[in-house]
Amino acid sequence: MEKQTKIKVRNLDLFYGANHALKNVNMDIKEKSVTAFIGPSGCGKSTFLKTLNRMNDLVDSVKIDGLVELDNENIYGEDVDTTLLRKKIGMVFQQPNPFPMSIYDNIAYGPRVHGIKDKNKLDRIVEESLRGAAIFDEVKDRLKKSALGLSGGQQQRICIARALAVQPDVLLMDEPTSALDPISTAKIEELMDELKKKYTVVVVTHNMQQAVRVSDETAFFLVGEMVEFNRTKDLFAYPKDKRTEDYITGRFG
Amino acid sequence: MRTKFQEQLDILNKDLMNMGALIEKSIEDAVDALMKKDIDKAKKVMDGDTVIDNEEKKIHNICFNILMQQQPVAKDLRLVSAAMKMVTDMERIGDHASDISEITIFLAKKPLDGRAKHIDRMATETVKMLIESIEAFIDKDIEKARSVIKNDDIIDSLFLKTKQDVIDMISDNRNSGEVATDILMIAKYFERIGDHATNIAEWVIYAYSDTAEEI
Repeated sequence: MEKQTKIKVRNLDLFYGANHALKNVNMDIKEKSVTAFIGPSGCGKSTFLKTLNRMNDLVDSVKIDGLVELDNENIYGEDVDTTLLRKKIGMVFQQPNPFPMSIYDNIAYGPRVHGIKDKNKLDRIVEESLRGAAIFDEVKDRLKKSALGLSGGQQQRICIARALAVQPDVLLMDEPTSALDPISTAKIEELMDELKKKYTVVVVTHNMQQAVRVSDETAFFLVGEMVEFNRTKDLFAYPKDKRTEDYITGRFG
Repeated sequence: MRTKFQEQLDILNKDLMNMGALIEKSIEDAVDALMKKDIDKAKKVMDGDTVIDNEEKKIHNICFNILMQQQPVAKDLRLVSAAMKMVTDMERIGDHASDISEITIFLAKKPLDGRAKHIDRMATETVKMLIESIEAFIDKDIEKARSVIKNDDIIDSLFLKTKQDVIDMISDNRNSGEVATDILMIAKYFERIGDHATNIAEWVIYAYSDTAEEI
């Protein structure tokens, strides 16, 4: 069965001051799948990722034109509450960034912000989120200990659990494994395979083999332009655009 | 960028061409030995099979290293995966040249019944088909590869004619059974070589076509 479009992007332009950082990007991101963005540094892939939950709003000089819809609703509409938007569209960053508090409080933070006070309910959310991020068994006996005492790979899964705790629809991941060793990377990649059963996952990665392994569809960006967007196996076997071919085969970059 | 990778791909290409030249020579010599009842030449073909086997291992190792070290994608990946399959077909062709030569040595000692008239043409057509499939690879010529695939029907129909020749031989002369079955074996080897040449042509299309197409 053809998957529904979760995020629809039309004619998206983004400027940082005079710098035209994204040029007329159009894309349909399918629900419950993994979509990967690849491209050389500075190509706009992370900028584009951040437009999907309005993280770029935090940058003063930014100007955005075009349409971004989540479930057919314009996320740049005037009445959109960005806090609620980011509850629906969670984000995980390159460097694991747990809060300097206990593992439990890290996960309970979001639900508490959104008004959940009931201890039993919070306990349940914390456990479910940690299980969802495939880290519960590793930390269940030290939930009250600081999250900063965990390894980098564990911290990253805590951050994923923290994102899951507010029950998002979409998870944006900005190079989530680039600071991790191969074993932690493999765990996160396996986790992504699980996550896409329930969530729409969008991942920026510098590791092309990772894009091949984890994603269903891949978009290739170059100097602000989305050059090619296709099923991952087609893009990496039969790239249509010469620039895609040159990049993925290492002829420039 | 990718200087070493390009070097590895160039070596792979060069070795594949070399392997192609080796099997071409091997099958041409095998046919020549068969026609001329040249036992020495047939023996040389059989000895030469070891060189072909070693070349196959060498190419396989090159492919293996490229996969391990470079994790190729797109046309690089298609070339390497096609090379791994193609080299197997080439090695089999070498085996069949050797098989034919083994029978040639036996047949050379027997009076060849002139009624197996289609075997010569089968030999000529098979060699032609093989050479064209290797040319298609060297020239990255998808059209030529397609015509090779089409020509396989010629070999298949010559096989059926040779089979009929063999049946006629046996019904004409009950003592010709041993020679007749050997001729049938040779015909079958040529038919198999035709199939392997078809495979090579298919891998050429796979490696150099810009779109995924049914082959």
